[in-house]
Amino acid sequence: MIGIVDYGAGNLLSVANALRRLDLPFTTCEQAGSLESCSRIILPGVGHFGAAARQLQKTGMAAELVRLADGGRPIIGICLGMQLLFESSDEDISVPGLALMRGGSRRLDGETVPHMGWNTLRWADGSDPSYVYFAHSYEVRSDDAALIAATAPYEGRPMVAAVQRGAITGMQFHPEKSGNYGLELLRRFATC
Amino acid sequence: MLTRRIIPCLDVRDGLVVKGVQFQGLRTVGDPVELAQRYAADGADELCLLDVSASIEGRPPLLELVSRVAEKLFIPFTVGGGLRSVQQAREALRSGADKVALNSAALARPQLLRELASEFGTQCIVLSIDTKKMTNGYLVTTHSAGRTVAREALDWAQEAVSLGAGEILLNVIDSDGVRSGFSHGITDRIARNVTVPVIASGGAGSARHFADLFYSTAASAALAASIFHDGSWTPDRLKSMLADRGIEVRP
Repeated sequence: MIGIVDYGAGNLLSVANALRRLDLPFTTCEQAGSLESCSRIILPGVGHFGAAARQLQKTGMAAELVRLADGGRPIIGICLGMQLLFESSDEDISVPGLALMRGGSRRLDGETVPHMGWNTLRWADGSDPSYVYFAHSYEVRSDDAALIAATAPYEGRPMVAAVQRGAITGMQFHPEKSGNYGLELLRRFATC
Repeated sequence: MLTRRIIPCLDVRDGLVVKGVQFQGLRTVGDPVELAQRYAADGADELCLLDVSASIEGRPPLLELVSRVAEKLFIPFTVGGGLRSVQQAREALRSGADKVALNSAALARPQLLRELASEFGTQCIVLSIDTKKMTNGYLVTTHSAGRTVAREALDWAQEAVSLGAGEILLNVIDSDGVRSGFSHGITDRIARNVTVPVIASGGAGSARHFADLFYSTAASAALAASIFHDGSWTPDRLKSMLADRGIEVRP
């Protein structure tokens, strides 16, 4: 069973619709204790870092996510969900992230923000690039280069597009909105 | 590289997709759920659903319809028409919309954009501007172009972005539905003077019009209805033509 973390603002319905299409059973989790029984956890993402991080703390799900991650439970963070895996975000410096990965998010510095649309995903392992959908105004920065699983070109430079450490994965783009390729990425995560 | 986007638009009235010329003379095109799936399968980069009667009738978009479309759509989905509050936007998002498009409610109370952005993030707030060329420039119009506001489209776009709009959907009424091409001047002027992506709308009648738009303006995306509804082009065929002309699109 896949648990989708519901922290109020996120449009978890898109993720739910994608899992339904893939015939993968899931449940939504709003409180601490509800994640324990899930074999895999998806932290979806639309919304504001501060509001999301606070809701995770308030419900006790933040502590539970950290405990389960330390125990090797597969977790995937999508978009804001990926940013929540890190220590902090400039979007709201008054509340910490889950700190499962070293680094934080800062506002994109390009001419056009948000970074919105279909962009090329370049995997660090050299597998074929593909187009995926991005919609975000903050990007992850980390001095731990080993975390970076994929990048995408943003206004002439590579931007972190996916991260991985052990069983923890983050995707800055939206696999649930990236057509058949995105669905395939979700299926791989759910069945690996 | 970030590609230019092709966005089919479903103008919905009483649960059915309609198409009119300059907002008048609406005719029925088909079922929104079927059309959404067909366009997604045919390579649409996003899909937009506007409940055209909602704003006039003073009600939010039909949520049940939003859910049915969203259920089987795995590309970004924008919903607009009659949205007036944070709560209504939340309901649309929780029904499966990825972005909400605001128009007259944001004009009436610009702070709504700030409230929406702080709740959901700027990336899911689309400000839709209907504009019409008058003797003193491009002015904002509302209620299906029935009323003109004494305000320049660029000025409104810039204020909206400063408040929290994450994307501008610019519909130029002069060209809407008459299929004589996008309005390059005002589209490029706004695209170059705001920091968020601009979606051009109004006037697409042939594939050439899309190529001309992307050659001549900084628009990030093009939204169109008739050219897809009447079956003359699919998004895929349109994009492969654009790619042949050196315009970056998602294959």
